[in-house]
Amino acid sequence: MSRRGDAKGTWLFALPVLLVLLWTVVYPNASIIVGSFDHGLRSWRQFASSPTDREALRTTLVISIGSVIAAVAVGLPLAFLLTRVEFRGRRLLSAVATLPAALPPLVGVVAFLFLYGESGVVTRGVQALLGLDHAPWTLNGAGAIIFVHAYTMYVYVFLFVSAGLERLDTSLDEAAAGLGASRSLRLRRVTLPLLTPAIAGSMLLGFMSALGSFSSPYIFGGGLRVLSTQIVASKLNGAMDLAYVETTVLAIGAIAALILMRWFERRRTYAVSSKGSVVRSRLQSPTARVLAPVLGAVLVVILVLPHAMVILVSFARDGTWTTQVMPPEYTLDNFRRLATDNELWVPIWNSVSMTAIATALDIVVCFLAAYLLVLRRFRVRWLLAILVALPWAIPGTAIAIGLASTFDRNSLLGARALLVGTFWILPLAYFVRGVPLVSSATEGSLRQMDPSLEDAARGLGASWWLTMRRVVLPAARPGLVAGAMLAGITAVGEFVASIVLFTHANRPISMEILSQLRNFAFGTAAAFSVVLIALVLAITLIARWAEGRWSRAEAVVIQ
Amino acid sequence: MSGATPHLVLDRLTRRFSGARAAVDAVSLEIAAGELVALIGASGSGKTTTLRMVAGYEVPDAGAVVLDGRDITGLPPQRRQFGMVFQHYALFPHLTVGQNVAFGLEARGIARSERMSRAADALAGVGLAGADGRAVQSLSGGEQQRVALARALVIEPPVLLLDEPLSNLDPTLRRSTREELRATLRRLGVTALFVTHDQEDAFAIADRVALLAAGRLLQVGTAEELYDGPANREVAAFIGRSTLVPGALDRDRIIVQLGGAARTLRAAPAPDLPSRGPATAVLRPDALGFSPPNGPDAWPGVVQERRFAGALLAYRVRVAGDVDLELHSTVRDVQPGDAVWVRVTREPVAVVA
Repeated sequence: MSRRGDAKGTWLFALPVLLVLLWTVVYPNASIIVGSFDHGLRSWRQFASSPTDREALRTTLVISIGSVIAAVAVGLPLAFLLTRVEFRGRRLLSAVATLPAALPPLVGVVAFLFLYGESGVVTRGVQALLGLDHAPWTLNGAGAIIFVHAYTMYVYVFLFVSAGLERLDTSLDEAAAGLGASRSLRLRRVTLPLLTPAIAGSMLLGFMSALGSFSSPYIFGGGLRVLSTQIVASKLNGAMDLAYVETTVLAIGAIAALILMRWFERRRTYAVSSKGSVVRSRLQSPTARVLAPVLGAVLVVILVLPHAMVILVSFARDGTWTTQVMPPEYTLDNFRRLATDNELWVPIWNSVSMTAIATALDIVVCFLAAYLLVLRRFRVRWLLAILVALPWAIPGTAIAIGLASTFDRNSLLGARALLVGTFWILPLAYFVRGVPLVSSATEGSLRQMDPSLEDAARGLGASWWLTMRRVVLPAARPGLVAGAMLAGITAVGEFVASIVLFTHANRPISMEILSQLRNFAFGTAAAFSVVLIALVLAITLIARWAEGRWSRAEAVVIQ
Repeated sequence: MSGATPHLVLDRLTRRFSGARAAVDAVSLEIAAGELVALIGASGSGKTTTLRMVAGYEVPDAGAVVLDGRDITGLPPQRRQFGMVFQHYALFPHLTVGQNVAFGLEARGIARSERMSRAADALAGVGLAGADGRAVQSLSGGEQQRVALARALVIEPPVLLLDEPLSNLDPTLRRSTREELRATLRRLGVTALFVTHDQEDAFAIADRVALLAAGRLLQVGTAEELYDGPANREVAAFIGRSTLVPGALDRDRIIVQLGGAARTLRAAPAPDLPSRGPATAVLRPDALGFSPPNGPDAWPGVVQERRFAGALLAYRVRVAGDVDLELHSTVRDVQPGDAVWVRVTREPVAVVA
């Protein structure tokens, strides 16, 4: 037994971390739940009897389930194709397969609007090709939302299943073959059952995201009501207690999905790989040999198109693209204005500075949380584990409503501060949304460290501080860097919480894109989107650079 | 082979991975029905690749696998049904012990009730009666090994293949499992080819041992043949312990000169050796012993090391300036630093190039 329970030192760190998380994560959400009972059960009854709310709840569930099915239908075959089969163009397709995840939510929606919207390039192209009087489809309603969700959420299924396939012990499949099992029997009885936890986990993750999704229902919903947009509508109408009820319902659904997901994750105990690695088979039939690269090329185009379209439109002169298939006039003016017009520069500076503040806070709090979770034992460790995971499940809209209703006044007794309407409310929201990303990645890194290393360092006479700096921090660094990268990417393009909390002074890029779209300044909106994509790329590159710089230290510490 | 028609033939099997050297280089081997053959060799010698080519998991670049006169080189593993026992057992973690064992029968479309009863019988055959409903994760390493064996045996494979079947067991369990394994395979009359890096496993289980090094087959024979009559230096060095000393071969005699003292020993030369000329004598520790001082055919030396090994003591004795002889003896009262005399106690000695 090591002496990892030494209470006083542990509490010195555990207490502040717990207090920060209780104050920023639990308190606002608890006050929503309490707020929903402000008038007894009246608000709940109102919710239950309101046809619009019932419709919103039903539509939310239908869209979420539909999105999950669509994501599996795309992600599962793609994961099998890319991990199991060798064909021309496989590397290129692998490289772009996760591209949709790098698209900030609103930018993805904007790109789909430019491509498949009523006046989108693809839509108009098909219309012109077939000589139709009007657009062959409208990007509207549940189908449109599920279409956009499938594009962004299949990545979860793809990543989970690919990872599952790569970790799958190949000797299990070989053993089954040696016992006479055909390819299809092996798939049905061995491979798919072993992948069930990965598939189920990614489905629940997709379900959680779809449940809280705001940008696509907001832009493509048409008259459609879902819970997340309904919450914002209720707040705008001043029906705060109803907004509280709707928020509570949405959060409960997401938390239920999170609990289920954790349960599936715990079942993912097997699939320990032995000798033997992923073996990609070459295609046998000549038809498949021709079809696979063609299918691959089509997929690559579909995946790259949204990025390409945003970049193209960013060079389109505002107000010129009306009925033509492609924007008719191109110019550098949009970018020139971004660089020179102070008003347009403000949102960029806001997004960068707010992201930096939130991510720095995430790094400090989550490193300590992960350290406590992995290497220390103390009585309320379970509480800390829940606190760092919770913001993952709670939809961005719900987090925003919670912060808006908690930090709306100064009250020493209520531990409240007036942050709404100030610059600081958005960094706080971004911080909360980043907590699960940074802490889970850091936890993952620390779990790979041999815990006896810390004991060994202390046994060699190193002080606590030296041990932390030379042993624990280098071990945590890969996860810390990766987690911070994800948190930064999420924050810089954040839209869902921002739309509830922003003011004109601290408006982030996403809000500026929205207002430019409303003015039909498509070129300017796209230019902002390009800036956002560039910022995401920059964050990725900084993380790469940081990882490379420190990789030697890691190699020494991690076994 | 004693005149039996070969059941399984490996005909010049060759496998090249990227890179110049072949991982398996023209390995030929004939196995009779009911025979237990061990493939041994250091890691990277190509033994597992050879086994995988026999099973059909690897496709040879050249050569053939022939079963009962039929070339099966092109058949996928599921058509060969050799029922392999894997190093880490490869038990399906999501199936019960009984479902694991019945899997091969399920693949053949055998009805559920029949396959479960046959699985139960197979489990009883490896001493695990009644374990059908247990979870794979609840089994000990030795039990997992036996379930893997039952799973492979229940489909009555034409040849049973085992990849390092004992390497994941602790030493005590390993010895008892070794004996059980041989007894089970013998009782069922199974033809088996198994891979191991441990020569004790090979000696204990196999009728014949095939030694591979760097992808080439060095020698095939019974354990005693390999130990007493190694075909070359590599075999002598890999099988058992030995001291290799230079000498001059003259038909059935070899003159060995150590520290100025020449001794003539009866020789068992390797078959492809010229009958006269420089050669190497293989002195096994158990063929050496202490001798009274100034014995006519003994060498003088000084004890360097004394190691207690249970029934025997292992001594290292420096005879000439730079040659250390290793010898096993029941004599206990010799200590490091003692001057002793050493002689060959069992002849003939093996002679290699």
